[in-house]
Amino acid sequence: MARKTPVGRRGFLKGAAGAVASAAAGAASLAISTQAAEAQAPERAVGDHAATPLPSAALSANEKSSPAARVDVYTTDRPGSDFMVDVIKTLNFDYVCANPGSSFRGLHESLVNYGGNKAPELITCCHEESSVAMAHGYFKVEGKPLMVMAHGTVGLQHASMAIYNAYADRVPVYIVLGNIQDINFRRSDVEWAHSVQDAAAMVRDYTKWDDNPVSLGHFAESSVRAYKIAMTPPYEPVVIVADAVLQEEPMPEADRRTARIPKLTLSAPPAGDSGAVAEAARMLVAAENPLIVAGRAARTPQGIALLVELAETLQAAVQDRHFRMNFPSLHPLNGGNIATADVVLGLEVQDFWMATHSMTPINRMGMESRPITKPGAKLITIYSGDLYGKSNYQDFGRYAEVDLSIAADAEATLPALIEACKKLITPDRRSAMQARGAKLAEASKAARERDIELAAYGWDASPISTARVSAELWSQIKNEDWSLVSDVNPFFSSWPLRLWDFKKHYQYLGEHGAYGIGYGAPAAVGAALANRKHGRLTVNIQCDGDLNYAPGVLWTAAHHRIPLLTIMHNNRAYHQEAMYLSDMAARANRGIENFSVGTGINDPNIDYAMMAKAYGMYGKGPISDPKDLGPALKDAIEVVKRGEPALIDVVTQPR
Amino acid sequence: MHKLLLAGLLLTAPAGAQDSTGNAEAGKRIYMKNGCYQCHGTVGQGTIEGARIGPPPLSAQGMIRYVRRPAGQMPAFTEKVMSDRELIDVYAFLKTIPPPKPSKDIPLLNDLRGK
Repeated sequence: MARKTPVGRRGFLKGAAGAVASAAAGAASLAISTQAAEAQAPERAVGDHAATPLPSAALSANEKSSPAARVDVYTTDRPGSDFMVDVIKTLNFDYVCANPGSSFRGLHESLVNYGGNKAPELITCCHEESSVAMAHGYFKVEGKPLMVMAHGTVGLQHASMAIYNAYADRVPVYIVLGNIQDINFRRSDVEWAHSVQDAAAMVRDYTKWDDNPVSLGHFAESSVRAYKIAMTPPYEPVVIVADAVLQEEPMPEADRRTARIPKLTLSAPPAGDSGAVAEAARMLVAAENPLIVAGRAARTPQGIALLVELAETLQAAVQDRHFRMNFPSLHPLNGGNIATADVVLGLEVQDFWMATHSMTPINRMGMESRPITKPGAKLITIYSGDLYGKSNYQDFGRYAEVDLSIAADAEATLPALIEACKKLITPDRRSAMQARGAKLAEASKAARERDIELAAYGWDASPISTARVSAELWSQIKNEDWSLVSDVNPFFSSWPLRLWDFKKHYQYLGEHGAYGIGYGAPAAVGAALANRKHGRLTVNIQCDGDLNYAPGVLWTAAHHRIPLLTIMHNNRAYHQEAMYLSDMAARANRGIENFSVGTGINDPNIDYAMMAKAYGMYGKGPISDPKDLGPALKDAIEVVKRGEPALIDVVTQPR
Repeated sequence: MHKLLLAGLLLTAPAGAQDSTGNAEAGKRIYMKNGCYQCHGTVGQGTIEGARIGPPPLSAQGMIRYVRRPAGQMPAFTEKVMSDRELIDVYAFLKTIPPPKPSKDIPLLNDLRGK
């Protein structure tokens, strides 16, 4: 599409040969001879370096002497970045999250002007870690990756922890890095510092695939490939480098004729081997007390329904480890005891060894472990992590010794497993299973009753108990289409998971992945962005330490009118570390009163309501009296229902 | 995690334990200063990290014995860092914490039943 472009927009000073070649190729819409160019006042930006002086009189005179040899090219109607946008649009991203950066300025401009700032729409982020974590939270609600743009150097360095979180949490994030590979195009010392030989190298240990395309056609093919790889289970982040020269220079004539965008066809997720699935079904149906342990079993909303069907078919207990919303919290089969199980089925459990073992208590010196399953218990895993892995970062966990290992995506395998189980269930087995299910239902009901009783302790305490906050919040959201987007296990003593009625995939999103703190606030904003178009009430119970990594994401929520209710879990400490410091002091037999040194977030206390207001959103608090909490929540929910973010600062018990 | 597993404790008094009369005010200060609240909450209500201990489910002697030789993941606190006298004061503080209102009398909790 030809468009008028202001003179000087892309003011490359071209050599005569290059300029003539470009003009001859028709790449430039405005090629001006030096005489014509001279008629225009030379521009010089404030702060230009002394190394780039205005043309000298001698140089001007020399240029005037050979007018035919030189043509300066100022604009193009077809930068390479426009084609990159064509490619990106085929991948159907809703948003692109970015903190602006010069190495992708061409692509940025094309997304806004050529792409119309739609599909994807730019989301302005204040930190690259926020960009990636927003994409992380968004995916877990919407099931679609977002695109992130960042510098290949300093931006990626900021983003790297969030990328590792997404990697460990099996979440695809589509990352496009700017870089200026060709030294001849680096304008300044800044651009030298922002350039790198191999941009993706820094995060290659925790991304699934990357490429550094050297042509626009190459960019198209690798971009489509990257998307396909990211979206094949196990999902993971991917990186594409968008070279700045490819972005900013006119699309070469050769590419105009030949560059094409390949068709994207996503791979069907890998299902388990039919023989292995039949064997798993035989073991499960024959078991007297089977237990299903769910990690990231529900990869899509359909996964919850499949897991319910399997559990009900077998009348087996389900232990949800809450890395995703896997199983309805009030289902009568929710719970179970691994110590009494004779067959344990792990579905996408990254830490299956930890799920089946205990470690020496922290109060003892030395380290020993023992199985917590009973002797002779049979262990089965269905795990897509067995299909893919890397060695440097150790998020893969300890090697699990099991009796049947199925390298496959659990959700894709469940339909065949359910059918295989149904075929094997005899009337006698069905009767035994129903009796088992009735006992499990009683146990589940009793556990819930115990939790309700425990929630009464400390009900009127100040700081406010986390059980009280959870109950107050539930009373006000239970009739809404709500979505809890923060991790509450163990930070909030898991009270929402113990008291609320979780049923839908977007009602609980699990955790960080790699436990990199700073994930919570931006992931919540990203999840709220996904929930916005569905009209859901998004709730974020926000740890204070986490928010202080990159609080600018509050501004992003306000700027983009992202409705989100944030309730501060303001315990005024990096509390996990305070407990560890106490542990270490007790082990060293000294100084147990010094736990707050280096772990407290007090003196002065941070005023989070004021922080929220500073970023342009509704803020209220600090609230220390539990009687004030209900009315404050009511007011804030009204704000959120109007389509804005709101924050309530609640001074809470440590856990 | 520091789950305080209280079941099966021997409730016999450790050597040198003093009587169970303590100073509740001093005990509250010690409880906060030494970070007991980190896992057990400021009113002993318990958290996912530590058992409910307010009001205390054990005798003073039982509590002291557990603190010295915990069965769960709670760190062991020796006489050097927390004396029997201090623990008896903490126990006196925990005794001052009233039992909670029954959950059936708290509408927000009672409403959770039957769902």
